[in-house]
Amino acid sequence: MLSGFTESLLIFIGLNIILGLSVYPTFSTGQISLGQAGFMAIGAYSSSILSTRLGVPFALALAAGGAAAALVGALIGIPAVRVRGIYLLIVTIAFNEIVRVFFLNFKPTGAATGLWGMRQSTNLAWVYGLVVLLILFFYNVQRSRLGRAFEAIRQNEVAVGMMGVNIARAKLMVFALGAAIAGLGGGLFAHYTLFIESELFGFPMSAEMIVYVVLGGMDTFWGPIVGAILLTILPEWLRLLHDWRMTFFGLLMIIFMIVRPRGLVGRETVSQLSAFVVQRLPWQRSPRSSTIS
Amino acid sequence: MFLQQLINGLMLGSTYSLLAIGYALVSGVLDLVHIAHGEVFMLGAFIGLQLVLFAKVNFFVAMLGAMTATLVLGIFIERAAFRPLQKGDFLSPLISTLGVALILQEFARNVFGAHPVGFPASFQIKSYQLGFLTVSTLHLIIIGLAFAMMAALHLFLTRTTFGLATRATAENALTARFMGINVNVVVVATFAIASAMAGAAGVLLGLAYNAITPVMGTQIGLKALAIIVLGGFGNITGAMAGGIILGLLEVMSVAYVSSTYRDAFSFGIIMLILIIRPTGLFGHRVHSEQ
Repeated sequence: MLSGFTESLLIFIGLNIILGLSVYPTFSTGQISLGQAGFMAIGAYSSSILSTRLGVPFALALAAGGAAAALVGALIGIPAVRVRGIYLLIVTIAFNEIVRVFFLNFKPTGAATGLWGMRQSTNLAWVYGLVVLLILFFYNVQRSRLGRAFEAIRQNEVAVGMMGVNIARAKLMVFALGAAIAGLGGGLFAHYTLFIESELFGFPMSAEMIVYVVLGGMDTFWGPIVGAILLTILPEWLRLLHDWRMTFFGLLMIIFMIVRPRGLVGRETVSQLSAFVVQRLPWQRSPRSSTIS
Repeated sequence: MFLQQLINGLMLGSTYSLLAIGYALVSGVLDLVHIAHGEVFMLGAFIGLQLVLFAKVNFFVAMLGAMTATLVLGIFIERAAFRPLQKGDFLSPLISTLGVALILQEFARNVFGAHPVGFPASFQIKSYQLGFLTVSTLHLIIIGLAFAMMAALHLFLTRTTFGLATRATAENALTARFMGINVNVVVVATFAIASAMAGAAGVLLGLAYNAITPVMGTQIGLKALAIIVLGGFGNITGAMAGGIILGLLEVMSVAYVSSTYRDAFSFGIIMLILIIRPTGLFGHRVHSEQ
């Protein structure tokens, strides 16, 4: 069996992968949401209320949390997809602050004292089950008509609009999708830490999620996964840095932006790696001849 | 009562403006978001406080000292986290300055401690009664200094050759370069000026609220960011007006609506304005693509 420490580290890695992936859908259309922690809060609070006060089974509460976040995401998304770039950034930051202040003051969810009493329902199976599902989902979307539309929107919105893609609908879709994933992550988080308070879901949490994507790589969905794994393990190794851990993090972010602004895992990394693997598969007859670019 | 709130709002708003116009200057000249601007503000407050506590200098000297320190810090940030970046992407400066913000915040926490600290009581505040109105020296100093500095920046930008060069760079950096303007010097100067103003705003707001903490920069930085977007990205007059409006809004919402929902209220208004008028209240300058 795993030691308690390893297990909790693995669970946090999984949770952070989910949260990192929640940023990716909006990102894949070239937009950034810096308010994902707001959606996470909605998922965490609504699933916790359902499971503690109303005795709803965990799976159902989790799904409802994700759905609530997606609903709010869609509601916010309808006006928010009209603005973009820096303006969308501010709208999402503002949204996050509003959600945080709301839960800080909303009596039925514990206000400033926080919310507890959840049972520890989140385990490795739940977390990694969702991670695998998300990977399969993103892998399929990437190769679908929709995924190509997202990529095209990122590259040239005007041209895509003229090709007949409904840009507003696509953007709304990615916005709600990202919100749903963050909401699910929030629900899993709440049923693992067993205590939530509004301060957990502020701007720093949203910024952290963005950092997974930016350091891991923003070209493919593998980027946030790699970023989340590295940035969850790294601080554990950096225990000896003690009070200066964030300084090291900050330096890392600056250096990365100078040296490798598209993140660790680029599009070429993935294609090279998959070519490398495919060439060495045992049933590959002539490895030299199979050139996959 | 209403007039009193107006003066309090003006005091808060003028420090917001002071912070925001520096921010707008950086954003306008460089077309980017400088997340660590709030942290520069926070360090300014701490340095001013240290000077008062340990060097026992008077308030104005402390403020000048804080401004000098943040000015140097601004130049350093430009060197380390802006100049080496590839141009043209608005995300990479965002992340690199987020890194700077983390570093500065941890630095302040480790050096100055995490507990809120304030200016000593020796800063006696004299109050004047004007009918129903209470106006303190604090109000006068803060509003006066903030407006004086904003006026100085305005004169600098409109009446000097270097100010003209700065505006030209903000308009179009490439063309400015063709006209023989040393854009790098303009950028460094922009950072220096904006950071010095942030330092001054930090000392003033620290004096007004008397609670200086390492995390105060994040919240105020976000507000300043919201203000410059409200005022039209890179629009200095807009940022000044935006700061005053936000200060008034906050004070009024505490007085007449609810104190606990203050921040939600102001961010809600900002969200609404952005959705209705995506280029900000005074914005005519639309930010390029992304």
